[in-house]
Amino acid sequence: MEQATTNIVVQPAQRSVIMGIWKIALFMFLITAVEYVFAFLMDAGTLRSVIFIGLTIWKAFFIVSEFMHLGHEVKGLMYSVILPMIFIVWLIVALVNLEGAAVKDARGIVDVEEPATGQVDAKH
Amino acid sequence: MATTATVSKKSLWGGGIEPLKASYGKLMMWFFLLSDAFTFSGLLITYAFLRWSAPAYKGDPEAFTFSTEYWPIPEKVYEAFPGFHGVELPLVFVGLMTFILILSSVTMVLAVEAGHRMDKKNVVKWMLWTIIGGFAFLSCQAWEWSHFISGTDIATIGDVLKNGIWITDYEIVGANLNYSQYGPPAFAALFFFITGFHGFHVFSGVVFNILIFFNAANGVYEKRGHYEMVEKVGLYWHFVDLVWVFVFTFFYLI
Repeated sequence: MEQATTNIVVQPAQRSVIMGIWKIALFMFLITAVEYVFAFLMDAGTLRSVIFIGLTIWKAFFIVSEFMHLGHEVKGLMYSVILPMIFIVWLIVALVNLEGAAVKDARGIVDVEEPATGQVDAKH
Repeated sequence: MATTATVSKKSLWGGGIEPLKASYGKLMMWFFLLSDAFTFSGLLITYAFLRWSAPAYKGDPEAFTFSTEYWPIPEKVYEAFPGFHGVELPLVFVGLMTFILILSSVTMVLAVEAGHRMDKKNVVKWMLWTIIGGFAFLSCQAWEWSHFISGTDIATIGDVLKNGIWITDYEIVGANLNYSQYGPPAFAALFFFITGFHGFHVFSGVVFNILIFFNAANGVYEKRGHYEMVEKVGLYWHFVDLVWVFVFTFFYLI
């Protein structure tokens, strides 16, 4: 139904709403900056991975809740989207360190301590 | 002929047009995104499983070299920046890509907000910025891919399967779907599949954004009386950003 509307009223922008959007954006940049701090100052390990995943989920929360407006929808819609995803994220996290490590162990795959020496200059 | 159905107030949804108080289009977009999230999850689960069951490099990170025998340290793979050949800038370029995508998500939110106020001029303006952000991201990805494929100055010696025949001590430069200089074959294959599938989503998003941009500029939504289409495409665009946040963490950081 495409009905022609003759009188369109453009409402003025509310400063607080616009500032709110930019504030969330700034916050997400800060979280990303914190991720970089951890990436450069901390050695790789389970704790660092947990911190990264935590910060990622935090960022994802902002995108879904505020940018995608899901935080302001009815509860039924919220849960029908969030609940399946919680199980999926759980599965990803579980496979990252638990199941992958278990299979690695079962197959007898061992980690490498010394860097490989098989390199050659490709500029020839 | 008008018939009216009597619906008790207690029923959850009496056959009206808006179950869960969201319009049909928005609801379907949400469930499409949910199913799309499952697809991406499948790829990330495959990545996580293959990576954490592969041999890891446990030595000194400073002495790290590429080998097909163990999984590479991501920081050592993604350290190039256009115009800075030979300079090690770990994760800087991918940080720029993240910055661009988040920023284009913000301009999309501003377009949706302008749509709520029936402010055609601002919808068009912010949609244009979102499209520019999308193209900027895709250009960055094109550069990253071409760099990844063409490789670095140091070749890795490893055994490769080429045209169905195993070749020992092959001089590997760059990457393709069968082998790569950076690590085990699965590493490059997963890079191509995951960032490629995401890039394809970004590309479709840009196409949708362009359509919406022209519709908005031509006053289609003004005539319709609402800018819901901007919201729906906005949902898709934010989803692309959301997926990138996860790809960024699992692929580049961890």
